[in-house]
Amino acid sequence: MSPDVLYTIEVILNGLMAGVMYALVALGFVLIFKASGIFNYAQGVMALFAAMTLVGIQNGQVPFSHLINAIFGTHIHHFGWQLPAIVAILLTVVVMIIFAILVERLVLKHLVNQEPIILFMATIGLAYFMEGFGDLMWGSEIKTLDVGLPQGASLALEEYTLKWAAEGTEYYGMYLDKLDMVAALVALGLVIVLSLFSQYTKTGRALRAVADDHQAALSVGISLRKIWVITWCIAGVVAMVAGVMWGSKSGVQFSLSLIALKALPVLILGGFTSIPGAIIGGLIIGVGEKLFEYSIGPMIGGATENWFAYVLALFFLVFRPQGLFGDKIIERV
Amino acid sequence: MFYRQAGDFKTTYRDDIQTFPLKQDRWGYYIVLAVAFLVVPFFINDYWTSAVMLPFLIYAIAALGLNILTGYCGQVSLGTGGFLAVGAYASYKIMTSFPDLNIFIVVLLSGVVTAAVGMLFGIPSLRIKGFYLAVATLAAQFFLVWLFNKVPWFYNNSASGQISVPERSMFGFAITGPNADAPVRYLFCLTFLVLLAWVARNLTRGRLGRSWMAIRDMDIAAEIIGVNPLKSKLSAFAVSSFFIGVAGALFFSVYLGAVEVGEAFGITQSFLVLFMIIIGGLGSIFGSFAGAAFLVLVPVLLKNIMVNWLGWPTDIAVHIEFMVVGGLIVLFLIAEPHGLAQLWRLAKDKFLLWPFPH
Repeated sequence: MSPDVLYTIEVILNGLMAGVMYALVALGFVLIFKASGIFNYAQGVMALFAAMTLVGIQNGQVPFSHLINAIFGTHIHHFGWQLPAIVAILLTVVVMIIFAILVERLVLKHLVNQEPIILFMATIGLAYFMEGFGDLMWGSEIKTLDVGLPQGASLALEEYTLKWAAEGTEYYGMYLDKLDMVAALVALGLVIVLSLFSQYTKTGRALRAVADDHQAALSVGISLRKIWVITWCIAGVVAMVAGVMWGSKSGVQFSLSLIALKALPVLILGGFTSIPGAIIGGLIIGVGEKLFEYSIGPMIGGATENWFAYVLALFFLVFRPQGLFGDKIIERV
Repeated sequence: MFYRQAGDFKTTYRDDIQTFPLKQDRWGYYIVLAVAFLVVPFFINDYWTSAVMLPFLIYAIAALGLNILTGYCGQVSLGTGGFLAVGAYASYKIMTSFPDLNIFIVVLLSGVVTAAVGMLFGIPSLRIKGFYLAVATLAAQFFLVWLFNKVPWFYNNSASGQISVPERSMFGFAITGPNADAPVRYLFCLTFLVLLAWVARNLTRGRLGRSWMAIRDMDIAAEIIGVNPLKSKLSAFAVSSFFIGVAGALFFSVYLGAVEVGEAFGITQSFLVLFMIIIGGLGSIFGSFAGAAFLVLVPVLLKNIMVNWLGWPTDIAVHIEFMVVGGLIVLFLIAEPHGLAQLWRLAKDKFLLWPFPH
């Protein structure tokens, strides 16, 4: 094969990997949207917050140390211990569960029956609040997250693909990040676990019932508030997984919360109500923007990844407003 | 006691449909205008102008624009930052290409350019609505910012990629550039705000505004009773973008003087203006003013308290500011989804009957 073809394959593979990362974020959106009809803008910030908490707990940071120091004039910053990754992850899950309960108690309970757009704006407010809260709690500097996931390029793959190129051409093998491959596996596992959970457990069935019809679910005795807490817990855990993956890839920093915005076009392509849609949407966006950047990007100045996904979604919407796998929108007067 | 409908007789239809039907309201409006034009300019200094007054006036124009689109026509837009950037760059290009053109006309023309761009990005609204449209407008936000960053023609090939405003004056007073005095800049922006608020108020209570509201309340029903959705939606996008474009032009030329597109017109601006109209009240002219004033004043106040009085570091103050703003949004949506404007309305209703309860 000629190197050009191989480069293209490499770009596509990298795009697929990036797409998996987007899909991880989009998954959390879909879960909450299906269960409560809320479009949760705070999903990205939840991922950031979870990653920050994980790093903070792992390194034994004192929460709110900056604030305490500012008020009392002390100089505390660390407890001085290092926790193993697994313990820190479990503690972070506990924090995300507490967060889910608080959100339900303090926000959602009071906004039942409001219009979707009001709920959407409430989650934007929530996102702002959490961003400030997370920074105040753990400090806003860029942190490195290391939970023992493999890093760097996969050398085995590079060696293996070296032989594919035609004789006499210059080719150095394919570059794929090990972390991306792990992320793809984790995402696959997550989707399988989630679909098994929603198909075969009682709670999962209740979740699907609520997603189908709130009122009917209420009338057969399913507690909406309990279901909402459970969905937000699951979304919190999914956010943590996304946060860990993105955090180990590019450091825990503010820009992590912007991946939530990237997940929006993914959702549009996949449809708001479909879990496979979120995955496939993510893959399409990932491959699309990498290919576009590779083929057309150099001609128009590069950095097209900032907007390509949105413009693709925009064109897509004009032809299919409900997304690839979304429920058909039926409107009545 | 003093605020009464009684005795305020309307004898003509003209009287009956005026903007401020109550005499006291009307006088209150005239007094506010008089104070704003004749008293404030003599008392403001540089700090007040650049920290409070100019941001308030300019954001109020932007909030009016977004309120027309989102509050009156029901189309949620997250592209405000991008349209502000269009206004700013349009004014820069017009100013540098036609140096003799009056600055007042430059600002209006930038509004017109932005209106055209806004209509272009408004076309998808004919097919999609709600969240989907919000995401589609994100395309405008990111694409426009990228465009102004990447194409050197927009910033006249300047080495830093920034645009900075040349000096322009009107009636012998410098309005833009480093030599402009605080009161002059204030009055220039105030004139635009008053003019545009007057236009917005009268548009929204006329035929066009009613067609927007019909579309907002239920677009299919509106279509059936004969409202043309193409015309109403695109006109809402055009008018709204015109306002936002004017705000962008003023933001760049009068307020900041030099901008870098990613910093000044990022996605945070879009959210800020959206927050203003949520807190102020969707579908209310007064709400746009109240929301803009609130969100301009709260950070200044918080910063003064935390940094200047308590002596905390600025970064902590910024984090707490985020928390307060986010918390306030949620609080407002729970307690009063119609915003400050509704609180104002309720207060006035109570006051009409005061001191009697009914």
